[in-house]
Amino acid sequence: MAGSVWVVAEQWQGRLTDITFEALALGREVADGLGVPLEALLLGFQCSSLAGELGCADKVLYAEHPGLKDPVPELHAQALTVLARERRPGNIIVPLTNTTMGVGTLLAKRLAAPGVNFTVDLRVSHGALEARCLLYGGKIQALVRPQGEPAVFGLWPGARSADAGRSVRTAAVEQVAVTLPEDSRVQLKRYIEPEAGEVDLTRQEVLVAVGRGIQSKDNLELAEELAAALGGAVCGSRPVVDQGWLPLARQIGKSGLTVKPKLYLAAGISGAPEHVEGMKDSALIVAVNTDPHAPIFNIAHYGVVADALELLPALTEAVRARKG
Amino acid sequence: MNLVVLMRMVPDVVEELEIAPDGKSLDRDLLRMIPSESDDHALEEALLLKERYGGRVTVLALSAPEVADLLYTAAAKGADRLIELRGVQTGLGVRAAALACADAMTSLAGVLPADLILTGAQAIEDLDGLAAPLLADRLGWPYLGVVTKVNELADRTVTVVKEFPGGFRGEFQMTLPAVLGIQAAERPPRYVPVAKVRAAMKAAKIEVGQAPEPIAAPLAGIDLVELCKPEAAGRAEMLEGAPEEVAGKLCELLAAHGLL
Amino acid sequence: MGISGAAAPACELTLENLFEFPQGRRVLSCIQCGLCAGTCPYGDVMDYPPRRIIAMLRAGLLEKVFQSDGLLACVACYACMAKCPRDIRLTEVLLPLVKEQVFLNLPETPAELHRALENTLRYGNPFGESARKRAAWVKTAGVPIRILPEDPRPVDVLWFVECQNSYHPRGQDVSRATARLFHALGMDFAILGNEEKCAGECARLLGETGLFDTLMDYNMAVFAKYRFNRIVTSGAHAYDAFVYQYPERGFRYIVEQTTPFLARHVDRLRPLLTRKLPYAVTYHDSCCLGRHNGFYEEPRSLLRAIPGVRLLEMTHNRINSICCGGGGGGMWLDTYYKAKGYERLSERRVKEAAATGADVLAISCPYEISRFEDALKVLGYERRMLVRDVTELLAESMEA
Repeated sequence: MAGSVWVVAEQWQGRLTDITFEALALGREVADGLGVPLEALLLGFQCSSLAGELGCADKVLYAEHPGLKDPVPELHAQALTVLARERRPGNIIVPLTNTTMGVGTLLAKRLAAPGVNFTVDLRVSHGALEARCLLYGGKIQALVRPQGEPAVFGLWPGARSADAGRSVRTAAVEQVAVTLPEDSRVQLKRYIEPEAGEVDLTRQEVLVAVGRGIQSKDNLELAEELAAALGGAVCGSRPVVDQGWLPLARQIGKSGLTVKPKLYLAAGISGAPEHVEGMKDSALIVAVNTDPHAPIFNIAHYGVVADALELLPALTEAVRARKG
Repeated sequence: MNLVVLMRMVPDVVEELEIAPDGKSLDRDLLRMIPSESDDHALEEALLLKERYGGRVTVLALSAPEVADLLYTAAAKGADRLIELRGVQTGLGVRAAALACADAMTSLAGVLPADLILTGAQAIEDLDGLAAPLLADRLGWPYLGVVTKVNELADRTVTVVKEFPGGFRGEFQMTLPAVLGIQAAERPPRYVPVAKVRAAMKAAKIEVGQAPEPIAAPLAGIDLVELCKPEAAGRAEMLEGAPEEVAGKLCELLAAHGLL
Repeated sequence: MGISGAAAPACELTLENLFEFPQGRRVLSCIQCGLCAGTCPYGDVMDYPPRRIIAMLRAGLLEKVFQSDGLLACVACYACMAKCPRDIRLTEVLLPLVKEQVFLNLPETPAELHRALENTLRYGNPFGESARKRAAWVKTAGVPIRILPEDPRPVDVLWFVECQNSYHPRGQDVSRATARLFHALGMDFAILGNEEKCAGECARLLGETGLFDTLMDYNMAVFAKYRFNRIVTSGAHAYDAFVYQYPERGFRYIVEQTTPFLARHVDRLRPLLTRKLPYAVTYHDSCCLGRHNGFYEEPRSLLRAIPGVRLLEMTHNRINSICCGGGGGGMWLDTYYKAKGYERLSERRVKEAAATGADVLAISCPYEISRFEDALKVLGYERRMLVRDVTELLAESMEA
């Protein structure tokens, strides 16, 4: 008898994150496909009200413990391990984000179960799950099937739309007990907020994003001029921020912001999943890259194989001419 | 301070990645290996800690083509001890390798006890898990990933900064010894003049360690059905022409979307 | 001719053994006139121009020079060496030795330069593109080009294409033009294709001698695999490396840079140049070809052979030419210079070119195309003036 499908809910600053709902939408699909229940795992401390949002699942298992208040991977993994051993789910979907990094791996190891990383999609095949995983910066895709149950999947953002995982239904909530070590070896001391006084990129309608292809800090000017002409702002991918060409508050992607502007123009950005997850829901995505095989072209609406250093100024001029 | 850095080589994505005829691996003829990017950052962070607190940095690298370059470069940058670990199967998946590494660290003389083990937060072919938490679990040490800064390294604790969404960061205190998954070092990995690397090739010694019997097979419990290039599901509509021409087309597009 | 001197000695010069060699002892004959500092294009920001370096050397204070990063502004343009009344081998010998120490002492290598050097070591080109793509431009050359690794029979001319002209789109234009010219001249030539790697001269001039040595070793081994009579290279810096440094490793081939090579054949080319190009052209003397090796008249004779071309001279021409700023690592230090507030030499030079009223700025060193086209855009002159390699103009004048 196959076990249920579990989706581990993720919280950030007291709210459930989009990926939780994306995972629920996916979990619903595959649970139905397997003919098994879908259960949502809510781990935390004094956050039971969040359970009401998890109606997409058939049931919510709510584990409350002070040790689960902060995002300490090994404590969350331990709680899940204990629960999984008791309840024997068949497939466990764990969001793969900065917040949860390590949880899925630890859980799989402790259950002696296969752990499938970098999952972007799941489907039911021959009564079991098949995962599609993105490797090598998004350039290669692997199709894998775990042998047997339980199996743990680390799910990347974007597998389904978050809306599809929201439901007006209320699922039954069962509070479950977990014991965790008294003294955690890893303790959160404080959060450090991003620098204030910066443009709020999440409110911009137009973003001109630059990546490694911009080649040097100097060339940022080209992006700034275009952004100014379009009435938007400049942002960047991780490499550009790592180099110090843009501040951290301008970083889009996994460790930065998620944005959904009306226009996202990606210049010299290859489109690795870590960046894409931060902008894939933009209304209009235009990508410029010298590499015709750059993964960004798979998620952009329009693409140009060109040197951003040439196209940006040409576009700026055309926009200015048009605006008069 | 005793710092251990675990480094791996992964396929260099600058080269074209082609799938081998069996459909389940990369064509090795076309492959070139490069140190995993976040492992380079882990080494840099370790070297920065050594500069700040003193101590020794041991680099343990899994055997691969051009791994000697990786190790001598590490020595030229300031690593004290170089170990090439053989007998660990690399490639797709890291779980078996990470567990074997943990066992090797225990059995190889003088690697442990250590204060910190640093390795990259993740690598591009980690299909079945992440190295850092696996090492930690096997050794029974605390773990934290996506670390971008070590604020303080004291006798029994380390204070680190981890990245969260939206530009937020979290400061954590961990008991030592600990395993850190480094996302990015506090500054980009340093450049080392080739002359120094060549000098290291003459002066530094690479020890060869043999990993103990693996406790798990690579990709254990997972059937790899196939590798393929991702379908461009909804590939972008490509615009062609000289920059001025394309700029004109884009303007039309933006106007049609009410953006001009 | 110019100031081309004798090739470097068989064994390596270092700061320790400097005075055991004539070039080294000549350093001590410096009269501290300051012509070097005066003529240096970055003389106003250089805290240790050659004059001061020699003064520090004499005072036993050379260590202080190594602690300053000022010499990163040296673009290895040979201006100081050309003007030195004592004929001290500044750019050729003394500066690279001092810059090597400066480079070793840098607390941090500027990011763009760091990447260019790492890429050159790993991929054989500063762009970080796969070595396997080095000969990709050949497919669109329009004429057959033999690639030695695929067809290793003996050949007359080994054409060493160079990095910019292999990977940069504008450089590839120059390569295609060059191939057409070689073909029209009925030359028996071949390229190394993906086995070619950077000759390393700019790494050497910057002070990254380890990288240079590694590349030199590699290239000498590749040359040894094939049989050819001579090397013709599009690279002006590569030319210098082969003529002045590689003999140290046993390099004995005849080598020419494309422009003087084609100039030798101008009489055979002239009847092929049938299309009139009604351009006013001003020629920028490249540092390596011009000041260092004295090839001033050769490119001009080629340009004069093109019907319709009218030659105009910039104020600073021939030995007085102003460097484009790409040598000695300058190619990858623009961000660094900008942060320090230095003017870009390429912009300075382009202003001078525009002042002649010419339609075309003709060049013959691969670094110059992208640097001058960039400068034209920055200054807003891109509609006033085009940048063309001499070979591009020649090929344009040959009927298609």
